[in-house]
Amino acid sequence: MSHANAEVVHGDNYINHSKGIKSWLLTLDHKRIGIMYLFTTLTMFLIGGIFALGIRLELFSPGMQFLKPDQYNRFFTYHGAIMVFMVIIPLIPAAIGNFVLPMMIGAKDVAFPRWNLFSYYVYITGIVVAVSTLFLKGVDTGWTFYTPYSIRSSSSATLVLLGAFIMGFSSILTGLNFIVTIHKLRAPGLTWDRLPLFLWAIYATSVIQILATPVLAITLLLALLERVLGIGIFDPKLGGDPVLFQHFFWFYSHPAVYIMILPAMGVISEVLPVFSRKPIFGYKMIAAATFGIALVSFLVWGHHLFVSGQSAFANFVFSLLTMFVAIPTGVKVFGWLGTLYKGSLRFNTPLLYAFGFLFVFTIGGLTGVMLATISVDVHLTDTYFVIAHFHYVMVGGSILAFLAGLHYWFPKFSGKMYSEGPAKVGAWFVMIGFNVTFFPQFILGVLGMPRRYADYLPQFTTLNRISTFGSWLLAIGFVTTAINLIYALKKGAKAGDNPWGALTLEWQTASPPPMENFNYDPVVKEDPYDYRGAKALMGSNV
Amino acid sequence: MTKPLRLPRVSRSWFHKILLAAPFLIANAHAATIPVAATDVAKDWDSLYWFLFYLSLFFFVGIVLAMIIFAVKYRKSANPKSSFIHGHAGLEIFWTVVPTILVLFIFWWGWNVYKEMIEPPRDAMEVHVIGKQWMWQFVYDNGNNSIGDLYVPLNKPVKLVMSSEDVIHSMFIPNFRVKSDVVPGMYTYVWFEAKIPGIHQIFCTEYCGTSHSGMLGRVIVLKPDQWKDWMLGKKIDVDSLPADPTYPGYRANRLGEGLPSAQASSNNGGQLSLAEKGKALISAKGCVACHTTDGSKLVGPSYKGIYGSNVKLADGSTVKVDDNYIRESIENPTAKIVEGFPPSMPPYKGLVSEEEITSIIQYIKSLK
Repeated sequence: MSHANAEVVHGDNYINHSKGIKSWLLTLDHKRIGIMYLFTTLTMFLIGGIFALGIRLELFSPGMQFLKPDQYNRFFTYHGAIMVFMVIIPLIPAAIGNFVLPMMIGAKDVAFPRWNLFSYYVYITGIVVAVSTLFLKGVDTGWTFYTPYSIRSSSSATLVLLGAFIMGFSSILTGLNFIVTIHKLRAPGLTWDRLPLFLWAIYATSVIQILATPVLAITLLLALLERVLGIGIFDPKLGGDPVLFQHFFWFYSHPAVYIMILPAMGVISEVLPVFSRKPIFGYKMIAAATFGIALVSFLVWGHHLFVSGQSAFANFVFSLLTMFVAIPTGVKVFGWLGTLYKGSLRFNTPLLYAFGFLFVFTIGGLTGVMLATISVDVHLTDTYFVIAHFHYVMVGGSILAFLAGLHYWFPKFSGKMYSEGPAKVGAWFVMIGFNVTFFPQFILGVLGMPRRYADYLPQFTTLNRISTFGSWLLAIGFVTTAINLIYALKKGAKAGDNPWGALTLEWQTASPPPMENFNYDPVVKEDPYDYRGAKALMGSNV
Repeated sequence: MTKPLRLPRVSRSWFHKILLAAPFLIANAHAATIPVAATDVAKDWDSLYWFLFYLSLFFFVGIVLAMIIFAVKYRKSANPKSSFIHGHAGLEIFWTVVPTILVLFIFWWGWNVYKEMIEPPRDAMEVHVIGKQWMWQFVYDNGNNSIGDLYVPLNKPVKLVMSSEDVIHSMFIPNFRVKSDVVPGMYTYVWFEAKIPGIHQIFCTEYCGTSHSGMLGRVIVLKPDQWKDWMLGKKIDVDSLPADPTYPGYRANRLGEGLPSAQASSNNGGQLSLAEKGKALISAKGCVACHTTDGSKLVGPSYKGIYGSNVKLADGSTVKVDDNYIRESIENPTAKIVEGFPPSMPPYKGLVSEEEITSIIQYIKSLK
């Protein structure tokens, strides 16, 4: 993507522009807000990860080890609620998206900077309300809050419901802000068919956030009213219908799965062309597939209810519709493979993670087809097979893509370059640890081990031990990665403005970027991945 | 002159051995990673599952091979200059159309097996199932009643008519490949026709609170003469029946196993003392899901040291724990609730025999 070849000016940038904690907390700059999201989501990731390690440690042996059953139930509830609502949903769109989106379209900021800051504080409020329950009675309902258990639970479920309700608004506001930004603030020449695929992904994600999140908000509000005022909506004792809650909940939470994975796919679609020096294979098909997935995502929630007592006809329809998720997903995977074909691959850390993503996401996708097959799901649902499947998509997919994106944009965020050696060691630990942790869980699930079990039959011991061992490798990987990046922040070498020789606009300015991103008016004249001739040879670090 | 045609010499190399052993190894790997199929529906399920497994394996291996080949062949040092390729319309249509056909076929097969799962034969025997925190109760048309153990006849279709007394539970019998949520306020169903006599594990698979992982049960599949005995009210020696083929060695219905102090039930057959029988009973009947035997507090009071002590009740009065009090607390638990505990235990009146109550009392007495 070429631009008016103005001189890039260095010196004043968004980091050194103003000093002091207040200049960060009250900033309207999308880059600083993005960094604050990054800091917050990663802090929550640490907390959610500690709960995960606790779960795996408890499951090292049958019988209870160091937790009581009620404590174990709180562990998996916090792990799920934190990772879903506070980490993976905002991780890529709100953290990386906030920083990168306006720069990618050559804008100075998002369309509504005050709104942007407001939605960050809404998110923080939600976290505070939900996490405060850790110091009260805790919550043991599972992140899905199924009624009537969540109505009758003596835990602090009310506050967690309220917290999730509040965080929903942050999600809606951010989505709306991004859509308006993409529509109104694109640089001259940045036509829709030149839009980088990461932005197509963020766009589709934002649509889902706006349309689906209100349903979650209403559902949580109804559950709140039922808990506090005793109005019978979901609890049959009060005249309600417990399965209705599941319909409402998954009407949001299934699309939410795509809120978590579409931005990840967007990151992969950026990283692969840059590090293979080739255009993405089938740009239009991949952009269309992104919207195909977003559309279908609204029509498949019932596949979470195959054994809930829902009618056989509904099961027929939902199983059939769910199958169609596989098609655009397949288009993407094959398109990514096609991008590697006859490329000139540079195995920097982002590409390594992108390979890891392709590996685990393929497993996550194929096991998704198995679960969409209605009779197969009957045996596998609510077992560890489902746990393994959605971790392959959510962790293997979203987190590996996030790490690809974090290493890819790290030089832009910080102006510093991380060292590749330790980054790759961390990546291998993460990828191997991940598979060692979660692959045995597929087998556990087929063998019948149910999810959310504080204790299990002795037959399941070996596979559980392998899984627990894997969780330690995974932890080593994350810690190595964190130390390497923090060290790079402090002592890293200067990265240069465009160390990867990337063609999208965010790389055509200083690193770290100046306060208003560009000190010239960018104009786009070419496709975002047009690596022809000399452009394929750019970049000091690839 | 041509050489006589000779068959290639069969090499005894390790590769050959592995190739010869492959079918055996695959069969073993299959058996080790899937529960025993104890019904015809389960066998149909397995065919579909293994089809999907190998189809997935095919795609997975293909994609990973492509990744590896590309990584080696097109790495920067081997291929310093990339080719400019935008896409290929034919290929893109191909990998849209072929998966579409495949998933429609998979859907159709999946639906057919599902129809078998949800359509019981007309002559299926009905058993009523009540799920409650944290036990399964089975009620038969002739008034027979059982907790934890679901007695069914071999080779006869059985339909479970299920509902819950409190929150949502889920009935899961891995060897039969059936599962359905058990929902308060409505009836749900599963059916099966067991082809393997003996014990088959039941799990609760919808999270239901504290002792969710203790809400286990067993299907006891009886041969015709045993079934007749059981229907006539005779006791069946479950421990003498074949163990669960998927979870061998796990004979007992160890409800609450692994909770802080749960005791495994004794299954050494032979002569047991009353207290030993009582110890087995409190596991089999699900008592240990709520009551510990080591003094720690769970949903209900611990049994340890309770016999002979004076306990304070919720209404402020005090009662001495003796034989009569324990009997009343089993048959009609809400009559005298110990202070600080919820009145959540269901009445066991009619579900435990005189002998069983006596055994339980003897066991509680022994827990000093």
